[in-house]
Amino acid sequence: MTDLTATELLQKQAAGDLTAASITSAFLNRIRQYDPALRAFLHVEEAAALQHAEAIDAKRKAGQPLGKLAGLPIAVKDVLCTKGRRTTAGSKILQNFVPPYDAHVITRLKDADAILIGKTNMDEFAMGSSTENSAYQVTHNPWALDRTPGGSSGGSAAAVAASQTSLAIGTDTGGSIRQPAAFCGIVGMKPSYGRVSRFGLIAYGSSLDQIGPLAHDLRDAALLLEVIAGHDPRDSTCVNMPVPEYTKMLDQPIKPLTIGVPVEFLPSPSGSGAGGEGAGLDPEIETAIRAALNVYESLGATIKPISLPHSPYAIAVYYLVATAEASSNLARYDGVHFGQRAEKFAGLIDMVKKSRGAGFGTEVKRRIMLGTYALSSGYIDAYYLKALKVRRLIRQDFDRAFAECDVVIGPTAPTPAFKIGEKTADPLAMYLSDIYTISANLAGIPGISIPCGFTKAGLPIGLQILGAPFTEEKLLRVARMHERETDWHKRRPPLE
Amino acid sequence: MTTYRTIIGLEVHVQLLTKTKLFCGCSTTFGLPPNSATCPVCCGLPGTLPVMSRRAFQLALQAAVALNCSIASFTKWDRKNYYYPDLPKNYQISQYDLPFSSEGSLEIETSAGTRRIGIIRAHLEEDAGKMLHDEYAAASDSLVDLNRTGTPLLEIVSKPEIETPEEAKAYIEELRLLLRELGVSDCEMQEGSLRCDANINLHVPLRGIRFQSCDEPGAITRLESYATNAAFIATPIIEVKNLNTIRGVERALKYEAERQAKELQDNLDAGVWHIDGSRTSVFRDYQVSPITRRKSDGTLGPVSKATAGWDERTGRTEIQRRKEEASDYRYLPEPDLLPVTVDEATLQRVRAQLGELPAAQRVRLQAQYALTANDAGVLSRQGRAFVAYFEAVVKPCGDAKEACNWTLNDLLSTLNERKLDISACPLPPENLGELIREIKATGLNKQRAREVYGRMLDGLTAKEAIDKLGFKVVADEGQLLDLVRRAIAANPKAVADFKKGKVKAADAIKGFVMRETKGMAKTEVVQELLMRELQNTPG
Amino acid sequence: MSLSADEVRLVADLARLELSDADVADMATQLSAIVDYINQLQRVNTDGVEPLAHALDLRDVFRDDVLGQSLSADAALANAPARKGDFYRVPPVFGE
Ligand SMILES: [Zn+2]
Repeated sequence: MTDLTATELLQKQAAGDLTAASITSAFLNRIRQYDPALRAFLHVEEAAALQHAEAIDAKRKAGQPLGKLAGLPIAVKDVLCTKGRRTTAGSKILQNFVPPYDAHVITRLKDADAILIGKTNMDEFAMGSSTENSAYQVTHNPWALDRTPGGSSGGSAAAVAASQTSLAIGTDTGGSIRQPAAFCGIVGMKPSYGRVSRFGLIAYGSSLDQIGPLAHDLRDAALLLEVIAGHDPRDSTCVNMPVPEYTKMLDQPIKPLTIGVPVEFLPSPSGSGAGGEGAGLDPEIETAIRAALNVYESLGATIKPISLPHSPYAIAVYYLVATAEASSNLARYDGVHFGQRAEKFAGLIDMVKKSRGAGFGTEVKRRIMLGTYALSSGYIDAYYLKALKVRRLIRQDFDRAFAECDVVIGPTAPTPAFKIGEKTADPLAMYLSDIYTISANLAGIPGISIPCGFTKAGLPIGLQILGAPFTEEKLLRVARMHERETDWHKRRPPLE
Repeated sequence: MTTYRTIIGLEVHVQLLTKTKLFCGCSTTFGLPPNSATCPVCCGLPGTLPVMSRRAFQLALQAAVALNCSIASFTKWDRKNYYYPDLPKNYQISQYDLPFSSEGSLEIETSAGTRRIGIIRAHLEEDAGKMLHDEYAAASDSLVDLNRTGTPLLEIVSKPEIETPEEAKAYIEELRLLLRELGVSDCEMQEGSLRCDANINLHVPLRGIRFQSCDEPGAITRLESYATNAAFIATPIIEVKNLNTIRGVERALKYEAERQAKELQDNLDAGVWHIDGSRTSVFRDYQVSPITRRKSDGTLGPVSKATAGWDERTGRTEIQRRKEEASDYRYLPEPDLLPVTVDEATLQRVRAQLGELPAAQRVRLQAQYALTANDAGVLSRQGRAFVAYFEAVVKPCGDAKEACNWTLNDLLSTLNERKLDISACPLPPENLGELIREIKATGLNKQRAREVYGRMLDGLTAKEAIDKLGFKVVADEGQLLDLVRRAIAANPKAVADFKKGKVKAADAIKGFVMRETKGMAKTEVVQELLMRELQNTPG
Repeated sequence: MSLSADEVRLVADLARLELSDADVADMATQLSAIVDYINQLQRVNTDGVEPLAHALDLRDVFRDDVLGQSLSADAALANAPARKGDFYRVPPVFGE
């Protein structure tokens, strides 16, 4: 039962074949069974989830109207505030933090009658690409337990891949939904900046952060996006724009379809051309991406080589913009009003320094240092402001691309899931694993990663599709064209 | 050193009159129990986001337009990063490089006349919380109340164009009047809704400096040997904080100016400070050289700015810390807020809604009613509603001077006694105008007129009150002449005194007439008859 | 370009982070490598390019001046590491 998609589970409930309680118990069992090895969850809501499921069943029995996700368990990255429930952002500094309010997305999920089954592991404050930076535990990839699930939403991606839940919420600041989705063989989408309210999302890089769905297939992802997207007056940057019913049009292919393939993401087949950072691309992934492009060609799409000339600078821009914002966002963790306070200190300043020194992990400290440095007097022009200018050039590259293409397609990540511990000693190497995903956050555009094959070693490969701002519907429909022709999304990891 | 120039710039923070905070729906009411007016947003809890108050922005805009500022068509918000326990996010949302307004001015009235003080900028920002320190136990913990956190503030920064403590006081009074009239702020200093920091230093003419010891060996260099073109030297700027009353502003600046003058003399005499003749700058139209001191490596370096606190109790400023270098606030654009645009149509609407501002009002009152600058100033200071009342009094009587006297003396004291606002005044202005007309027509004396006024407060018109009191002015010359003659006859001593040149002695004779008529004799007629009769009376 | 240990300490002070000497040394090496990498931005010609702080082209978003729900003092202070009465308690600000 746990291998079913959310849509199938909804149908079976409607048909009376399954109850919310039975579904929830099944997923809780699955978590109990596999999480000791996977470590995807930081907290599991056993009692509350079951109780909630029974309430939904009662509602159904009484013939009351039910929400779009009625009776469906969902896992949420532990970076969204849940009222009265511990929310840690994967950090020790928030180990006892209990928010007095629900994030907007949590409210939307509750209103849709979804059942919060647990909060998932993540890189501390979403800073990382492997979920190894969690202060609590290392999450393992369900396809290969010695490998990372990617990050920073690694817990959510692993939980869906391992069928511990059919739906999960992640957040994406530089690829943190799409890259773990690719590593775990599932669908993960980062909506356009402003599509989903960030209210209640513990901030990392405020101008880049977005919340998005993780699911087995596109119908489930579309359904979840439908529920969480939309205006929220509590987030100034959340647009007041109608939310299309993504599930309705999903099976309508886009015709005609022009697909741009940046030479910087995928070297031209002849081996000539810029190649750029694409040169670091794993050959097995390159093959899988070309196969996916062939699928589109066979459906009548035009494949157009394009260039995003400033994309090679995206990582440098990102590590200035995101860390600068983070250095300010994370200043509030000082042991004064909430969060952990150091036990021994001499005076206020020492208390703050010690609380932060002990409460933050190495990567978080590194990024705070980098962001502080980039904003400090004497450096702000050369680093932070320079980065914002190149950011505009990156956005302009995309604007030009979408003037002539419907979508831009390439790999989600340059390599399949890497081994646990493989990149922890070299921060820069870790940063480079986000090379293809980061530009979308800088430009504010939507992006999705869908399964498009496996390596010989059996590791999933992700195909990334990027679109112009607020074209999520088109993106989902283009992705669905590929999904209909393939069965990668039906594969489940061989857990035993 | 008596001829130095005092250079003062004021940084004023006023709390905008909104019901709720700048970025959340918490109340801005003063004096609520500690930490009872906070929410996740103003506590800076993880995940929360600010949303700008439209009302706060509109009020700020009104104020800036009234201050003659140019308004930016595009403005944005920035984070000012610094750590302090009253600032839960450890950054303050403020405006840095693109404030919504800049380059304005405020006209003030001082004993020396009208002056226009430049305004560098006015910007919108959030307030911090309140810290309670136990003064008696330095080592004990501090307490934090976040009720005030996130309250909308307008920061108004003047140019260093204020030249005396008296002008600083006038500047704040004028600003307070303007903002109260506009309903932008209630400017209650004791509640912290108007706060003031002052930057002050002196520009001292070189020739005015006395060097007590410049001829002694090893003492500081002779003045003549400074190769400076500057006519003035500038003392280090002191930022005086904790100015909680308008009187405090004036007192603190007066104290600080004198303190700086003495400090300069002492430090030059002792060879601690030196004049850096190699560096001069132009301040307005004259040359200024800075003060330096010897650093640990032996070279001369500038004496840095310092912060001082004003102690109302001791009447002294206490230097708190020297700013060795500018704080590094690491400003960055606030990513959680969007820019705000202001178009020409909005600006015109704001301008149209401002109404008459105090400075323009004073000019008009003088021109239209031939009032003195002082009367116009005092009237204007009572606020627009009061001025409107005054103008409604003038209308039926046509005597602005008397209307001014009655409103500023009798009416104002009535309002003060009864703790009433002009809007709740029990006396309609037309009635007061009518009283003035009656006084002029009948010659009712001041004392009787005040009685009438007292009755009018109970709702009577002037005529009704006069009738009720039975005041019938005696203006008949025949009747009065008879009385005057009797008075002269009855007061030989006063007549004799008058003849000796004691003009005041006539009052006693006049008093007799008044007593006989129970005060209802028309003063002017009595005066005229009395003078005539006294002339005719042999000495 | 490399950051010295002293520079790292200065930045750590600004960021209010306590770092051990070993942390400082590691941080100096790692940040130097990252800054080296980031310096490739200097190759990009950005003359006349406006900084892009925000990908959204939205403007003028406001809320109305309407009272909302505040927390009770107890709820507000529930996460406080230390409190005294209805106040947050912090080590003395002065006297350091
Ligand atoms: Zn609040």
